[in-house]
Amino acid sequence: MATEIINNNKRKSTGFDVNKIRADFPILKEIIHGKPLCYLDNAATTQKPQAVIDTIVKYYTSQNANIHRGVHYLSELATKEFEDARTKVKDFINASSEKEIIFTRGTTESINLVANVFNKAILKDGDEIIISAMEHHSNIVPWQLIQDQKKIKLRIIPIDDNGEIIFDEFIKLINEKTKLISIVYVSNSLGTINPVERIIEEAHRHNIPVLLDAAQAIQHIKIDVQILDCDFLAFSGHKIYGPTGIGVLYGKEKLLESLPPFLGGGDMISKVTFEKTTYNELPYKFEAGTSNIADTIGLGTAIDYVSQIGLEQISVHENEILDYATESLLQIPELKIIGQAKHKSSVISFIFDNIHPHDAGTFLDFEGIAIRTGHHCTQPVMDRFNIPATSRASFAMYNTKEEVDVLVKGIKKLIEVFN
Amino acid sequence: MDAELKELYQQVILDHNKNPRNFKKIENANHFAEGYNPLCGDRLNIYVELEGGRIKDISFQGSGCAISKASASLMSSIVKGLPVEEAERLFEKFQAVITGKITDEENIEELGKLAVFAGVKEFPSRVKCASLAWHTMIAAFKQEEKSVSTE
Ligand SMILES: Cc1ncc(COP(=O)(O)O)c(C=O)c1O
Repeated sequence: MATEIINNNKRKSTGFDVNKIRADFPILKEIIHGKPLCYLDNAATTQKPQAVIDTIVKYYTSQNANIHRGVHYLSELATKEFEDARTKVKDFINASSEKEIIFTRGTTESINLVANVFNKAILKDGDEIIISAMEHHSNIVPWQLIQDQKKIKLRIIPIDDNGEIIFDEFIKLINEKTKLISIVYVSNSLGTINPVERIIEEAHRHNIPVLLDAAQAIQHIKIDVQILDCDFLAFSGHKIYGPTGIGVLYGKEKLLESLPPFLGGGDMISKVTFEKTTYNELPYKFEAGTSNIADTIGLGTAIDYVSQIGLEQISVHENEILDYATESLLQIPELKIIGQAKHKSSVISFIFDNIHPHDAGTFLDFEGIAIRTGHHCTQPVMDRFNIPATSRASFAMYNTKEEVDVLVKGIKKLIEVFN
Repeated sequence: MDAELKELYQQVILDHNKNPRNFKKIENANHFAEGYNPLCGDRLNIYVELEGGRIKDISFQGSGCAISKASASLMSSIVKGLPVEEAERLFEKFQAVITGKITDEENIEELGKLAVFAGVKEFPSRVKCASLAWHTMIAAFKQEEKSVSTE
């Protein structure tokens, strides 16, 4: 780990200025219980830079109109802003066309969309879907909902004590009944970065499509969907410094073309009569009803913001914080880190011998420290490690080593009071 | 510690968390219930031995935060020997205090030792932690022993 830090420092010569970035996020100046906010709950949601806030205010102040089909000035303006955001998303993940970018409410809706249309068009009794033991509930429950209607089997890739998937077991799960592999790119409770390249390669050797839940990857790892060759990719705007209520489903054009619509309504049609309706072209076929226009445009600004700084620089900084935090927390004998994968993103889950995560969370809150405690919507992971819950610190581009020190100091105080 | 935090984590609560009373399974239990708080994954088993409408003995097992553990510990020491109806009345009052519905000193004082949980009212997300043991005990009153034997 130490050598990695040195390497990171060397690469970090191009002027990543964390203080300058912090100044862009007004909420970071808040005082909580008399202490400066130390926001370490970024895996739950990230804070928003002023630029994103301004975009939303500007939209409602001077651009608001419903999009598509409008002939008046504001409608055309709003449509352009909205479609520009789609292009920004397309460029950000290097999709080949705007047709492959579907706006949803978030990762959850994106996965539900795929589950629903797969259920309608592809899945039959006896078919199997592969997921992993570290999925967020949003990549478990949508598949279980199908099980209420059809005899679909969910096959689960097991994980080892470090929180890594057991690849050999994954290979054994693949068979001719496998219709989709839906897997989390980065685990929100363990921080594990899954070997998605290898998973996709293996799946495609059997002609099985792969959906990546990129909710915790999109803000940390440069994603090129053409190089990755994933078939679907889902993420949420609010975890990449954008607004809540807006997310993305990327899908390969051919695949999306072949699938039926999800919801029905306005915008997703090209012609409606009472006898027959023809559906609109991609991506509108999958976007029924008035979209979340303001937040979509806000997401576009968030992507601009991240792109300006550069994901590569961001991840170098975040890895440095992660390594520093890991080393610092390992110095505390009463604390145990859950999730020690070789490749990790900036998430650290930890538990104490005698202190419950909820007490830790409440106590640290009074030090101004925001961490998350609980099962992090990954109850099967908690069961796998035989624990009811963890405390989780997760870092973003604006976090500093000083904040890690605040966390460590807070934890030491906590141990003093509770042990 | 911050004053509000000190109100929540009073010394009595910290003590009971560290050394919970009646933290075991009683062999003669004829009533049992399992409590679960899905928010934090906490589980609590309550064992009760009822005799002639009185709580002859009561104990608990499980994992939970300091608030829920101390609450179960204090509750078990206080209700032991009481008639069931009195324990139920006590719960109503306790619930009213921790949710901030009763705030006058006199009323709170009637709770005796349980008054240490009054600080919970400032922490809405922790009310369930404080009341889990009580809910589970009330459920146990209504549940005959067969659950215990299937344990
Ligand atoms: C890995 C992962 N998948 C899915 C989700 C769900 O995202 P959302 O609630 O924004 O739909 C989350 C968010 O917590 C997540 O961390």
